[in-house]
Amino acid sequence: MARDRRFAEERLFRGLMIAATALIVSCLALILLTVLAKGLPFMSLDMVTRTPQGGYYLGKGGGVLNAILGSLYLAGGATLLAILIGLPVALYLNVYARPGGRFVAASRFAFDVLNGVPSIVYGAFGFTLMIFFGLRASLLGGIIAIALLILPMMARSMDEVIRLVPRELLEASYALGATRWETARRVVARQALPGILTAVLIAFGRGIGDAAAVIFTTGFTDAVPGSLLRPAATLPLAIFFQLGVPIPEVQGRAYASALILTVLILAVSLAARLLSRRLTRHVVK
Amino acid sequence: MKDAIAGKTMLALTLFAVLLVLLMIAGLYLKSRPVLSSHSLGELFFSTRWRPFRGQFGFLPFILGTLWVTGVAMLIAVPLCLLTAIYLSEYAPARVREWVKPLIDILAGIPSVVFGVWGMLVVVPFIKDTVAPAFKVFSTGYSVLAGGIVLAIMVFPVIIHVTLEVLRAVPSEVREASLALGATRWQTVKRVVLRKALPGVAAAVVLGIARAFGETMAVLMVVGNVPKVPKSVLDPAYPLPALIANNYGEMLSVPLYDSALMLAALILLLVILAFNVASRLVLRRVERSLR
Amino acid sequence: MENRTHISVQGLNVHIRREHVLKDINLSIPDRKITAIIGPSGCGKTTLLRSFNRLIDATEGVRVSGRVLVDDEDILDPRAEVTHIRKKMGLLLQKPFPLPMSIYENVAYGPRIHGIRDRRRLDGIVECFLRKASLWDEVSGRLSQPASALSLGQQQRLCLARGLAVEPAIILGDEPTSALDPQSSQRIEQTFTELKRDYTIVIVTHILRQARRLADHVVFLYLGELVEQGPAWDFFNNPKHPMTREYIKGLIS
Repeated sequence: MARDRRFAEERLFRGLMIAATALIVSCLALILLTVLAKGLPFMSLDMVTRTPQGGYYLGKGGGVLNAILGSLYLAGGATLLAILIGLPVALYLNVYARPGGRFVAASRFAFDVLNGVPSIVYGAFGFTLMIFFGLRASLLGGIIAIALLILPMMARSMDEVIRLVPRELLEASYALGATRWETARRVVARQALPGILTAVLIAFGRGIGDAAAVIFTTGFTDAVPGSLLRPAATLPLAIFFQLGVPIPEVQGRAYASALILTVLILAVSLAARLLSRRLTRHVVK
Repeated sequence: MKDAIAGKTMLALTLFAVLLVLLMIAGLYLKSRPVLSSHSLGELFFSTRWRPFRGQFGFLPFILGTLWVTGVAMLIAVPLCLLTAIYLSEYAPARVREWVKPLIDILAGIPSVVFGVWGMLVVVPFIKDTVAPAFKVFSTGYSVLAGGIVLAIMVFPVIIHVTLEVLRAVPSEVREASLALGATRWQTVKRVVLRKALPGVAAAVVLGIARAFGETMAVLMVVGNVPKVPKSVLDPAYPLPALIANNYGEMLSVPLYDSALMLAALILLLVILAFNVASRLVLRRVERSLR
Repeated sequence: MENRTHISVQGLNVHIRREHVLKDINLSIPDRKITAIIGPSGCGKTTLLRSFNRLIDATEGVRVSGRVLVDDEDILDPRAEVTHIRKKMGLLLQKPFPLPMSIYENVAYGPRIHGIRDRRRLDGIVECFLRKASLWDEVSGRLSQPASALSLGQQQRLCLARGLAVEPAIILGDEPTSALDPQSSQRIEQTFTELKRDYTIVIVTHILRQARRLADHVVFLYLGELVEQGPAWDFFNNPKHPMTREYIKGLIS
């Protein structure tokens, strides 16, 4: 009967949906468990406090301190640079520009589209920039490439949180005789601060995990970076390069690096989540 | 005074950020001009000969490699993502939804190299030892299929996230109208909700494709990187992004090589931009209809 | 066909999150009459209506207890099968929500999901119910156009035809004229009075005059409690409860 069939169909698809959801969630679990199981045996104090010993790729001793510090410097620098551009952009779109105007809509659209550009293209573009300016693969080159990579998502998510600041708050500030700049700086930025920090953390997380944009621009080295103009190691590339070496100890460093990177990213995303939860708790509706 | 300076500075920064995309196109175009002027477009796009040392740059194997890997990834990802998104939006109790959504966000945050490591450790051996023998062929495991599986998992969050937004834009009264007529939930989803959400769902899938096109490291680590046109999903492939990333070391020492790789980046950029613009335009319409 | 469509509600309590939205409601709704559920906004009228066809299930954080009997079946029983309950009741919402398809497909939607595939039979059904909703004359020449192209008033009558097409015995209306212009409202009201020969009609309204014009039976809710119910004439001319008197005079709104 038709009725039986439609209930059978309902049950079938409901089952498929639950299976699909479970599969996707278990992919995440599987990935995390693999990284944990492979990386944990190689974790030691040396791994996070020493640089690789005994020469490029081939040394069996030491750890990946060069990559940990390199990644933190790189992602930190890039995040800082992206804030310097992204925050003014987000403030401009919401405080200065005509609300609901074409320019605002076009800018948001441009950022959404830029956000879809893959990191390898940012890397290639960063590389052409570096050749243009006569730079060699260096921490600075990587910082610029990653900053460009995370800029659109940062500007856009800051824009979203600043947009939530009630219009009345701006007007109250203007009514007290404040200029737009004072309003932007003292009222809007402060009101949206937790959301802005969340945006910063998410962008930092994306920056620290990216490999394709730094592969041309940052180079790789066994040493802890001492200058902006010297090459620097990064965790993603430490994983990539060391995994390709047929020496178990070196591969072990790659697995350990993968674990360190994953834990770092999970910590950052957890922090972002807690921050945004706090944000919504204080929002007056 | 200060207000005016701040305003001008901010405008300049905004313009810079917005125009970044044009800057990128211009920069990559300038760099790829040498190879464009010495080779015809037909040769670049339709030749399978890739011998940089002899000055032959045929991109066809790489373009087809990208298409194969993306195609396999989409075959896996689209049905799973639609089912999951529909489950989360139409069926799941709030508690399940609140648990699953953050997990999908975490999946989105995992770096591409980590996906690559996982692919090498789990997917590649699985294909080598289980899938290939089942079809009585030999494969190293580094294959289109491995790339497709890893890539599919990487685009899950993109497609699910956007599809959820789109489904949320369908007014609940439309669902109620159908349910009130005695339709089952699945009938309502199939005949009403999906029909209403179709343009948005298509946009979500296109965004997923764009993401898959450009994904580099994870794919590079598991597809095998052999510059030949793949004939089956168990053959290795060599997608465009992997080509760019893999040859950064030698590209400056061979004439025109760097130019050819920058052209590859330009092609990627243009294709992905087109896909992104198209789907964002559709999504903007969907978002407007929400208000 | 058997005509025991009687709806009766016994000890119905509804909580949504921490709010007690309906408090111990007991009532019965007469067959083949128009029953108006009235009361100020936020008093639980819509919730009551939505528990009749269990659309209330979709509300986040809802708890329901008590019994709602339709044809002697307790529809709140978790084992009850909701689609056949809903099939017995057509629903009209405040605003018309045509399905994203043509005029024809909108009306044919219900019969199709219940398994009617024969094209000629569907043609007949579509015409019959568009006539019943007094829309046929206006749309007969353009059945394949998207339903969204109709005016609001026409859309609402289309939604009525769509609801009738699954051959319910009961029509539920949640302020079905509140988004319409006066003329369209009048047409809907007129259609209702014609339909009550064959159907039991329950409408929620906050317009007292509409209740006076249409209703045979009135149910008055206030803050989730049933204050008074009874035949319309008695209710309006001889209210028993002081609160009803005040409401009718327009003192509570």
